[in-house]
Amino acid sequence: MANRITLEVTRFNPARDEKPTLDTYEVPLRKEWVVLDALNYIKDHLDGGLSFRWSCRMGVCGSCGMMVNEVPKLTCATFLSDYAPGPVRVAPMKNFPVLRDLVVDTSDFLLKLAKSKPWIIRKVEKPLDEEYFQTPEQMDAYKQFSMCINCMLCYAACPVYGLDPLFSGPAALALAQRYNMDSRDEGASDRFDILSQHDGIWGCTFVGECTQVCPKNVDPAGAIQQYKLAATMEWLKALVLPRGAE
Amino acid sequence: MINPTEYLPKTYRVRMSTYWWLARWPYLKFILREGSSVFVAWAAVITLLAIRALQRGPAAYAQFEAWLRTPVLLTINGISFFFVLFHAVTWFNLAPKAMVIRLGKKRLPNAVVSAPNYVAWLIISAALTWVLLRG
Amino acid sequence: MSKRSNEPLLWLLFSAGGVVAALLLPIHLLLFGLAFPLGWLKGPSYESLLALVRHPITRIYLLVLCSLPLFHWAHRFRFTLYDGLQIKHLNELINVFCYGGAVFGTCVAAYLLLRVR
Repeated sequence: MANRITLEVTRFNPARDEKPTLDTYEVPLRKEWVVLDALNYIKDHLDGGLSFRWSCRMGVCGSCGMMVNEVPKLTCATFLSDYAPGPVRVAPMKNFPVLRDLVVDTSDFLLKLAKSKPWIIRKVEKPLDEEYFQTPEQMDAYKQFSMCINCMLCYAACPVYGLDPLFSGPAALALAQRYNMDSRDEGASDRFDILSQHDGIWGCTFVGECTQVCPKNVDPAGAIQQYKLAATMEWLKALVLPRGAE
Repeated sequence: MINPTEYLPKTYRVRMSTYWWLARWPYLKFILREGSSVFVAWAAVITLLAIRALQRGPAAYAQFEAWLRTPVLLTINGISFFFVLFHAVTWFNLAPKAMVIRLGKKRLPNAVVSAPNYVAWLIISAALTWVLLRG
Repeated sequence: MSKRSNEPLLWLLFSAGGVVAALLLPIHLLLFGLAFPLGWLKGPSYESLLALVRHPITRIYLLVLCSLPLFHWAHRFRFTLYDGLQIKHLNELINVFCYGGAVFGTCVAAYLLLRVR
């Protein structure tokens, strides 16, 4: 295999540019290198001004999400050699405003995540010295959805999120479902009220790309479909017993 | 949203193209699946037209049957059949996502939840064919 | 009660319509749209078909067959218009066209099936 590969990287300086441009760099092609290594090589040797987010470089922090050849990827988990002979297009994550180069503004996601109330909600808090008991089966019910690292690749893949500013998005909904399914949680109806409003979850048309790109196999599309079913059951129950059962 | 400041003049927002669904095959497949709903509606409409012809008498029904034999209708119904089939297959394959069925500890794999749908489909189709052919 | 949206009802209709469409429409379209007109199989005569349709169970079956798939189309097409053509700002018009169309189709089906003698 060749020992160099070309990267075409989006550059955008808000103080100077009207819109993003493309810069081309040639980097070494090492067998074990990931795209993040190539970006760091560029920053170290070719262009110190290139800006991008990264942290753990091992696929657990969720910081390094970017578009690699139009597909949302964690750059620390994407091998450069898979794209040989190149060129490799590296762009900031879709559906988010671009702050600079490969860095996007994720505040919208954080707002929507907060709306999901991603924490254990109890009607009455247990005293601090009393534990919650949970069997392995009970944990299994929500474990898959708890693996989310908030990397937002699913938001970059979701066309509905790109089209509808009111849509909560895959990760926020999957995390809401994660807490709804947690046996320790009693906040399902709190979350229903907020998320069941028209565009919270009902904007989802089950495109399914979120599940395809998720690096942690969270399956947000599945979570949302389960949530739709649960919300519909809640709605039917409320219809039949308006002020009744909790 | 981060407000523009002296040091951060603005962010850049890409406007999603009307043809976003042409950019990648998974998106196109999704739009085709959604588009199958039009042919589902057509199948319902043609059934309505059949009932209407039936209700108007044997002459009207014979005319309706002749209309179904024209090349235009045969083509439309052929394409519709393909899309209605596409709807059925994608529907059965996605059904397990909404319904999580647990047997004891383990969650039933998707194929096991889809399979009964296909079986029911075959049985119902066979039963309907039998009812209509013995007529 | 909080101002809950009625989306769950629409989604329920969409799902029911999807199931009916998936299980029943393929064979109906195959037989009536292709196999009988093309002569692959001999279709039922007018008299036997009429006798079948006169039966109350058949009438209900046909009402479900015509109505629910239309609601399935209405819901899916509405979102396709939102996302595909990005015309969500016309949402009132779209809702009337889609769900109104489904309701209209249901009414026509009910009317026709009641009038079968």
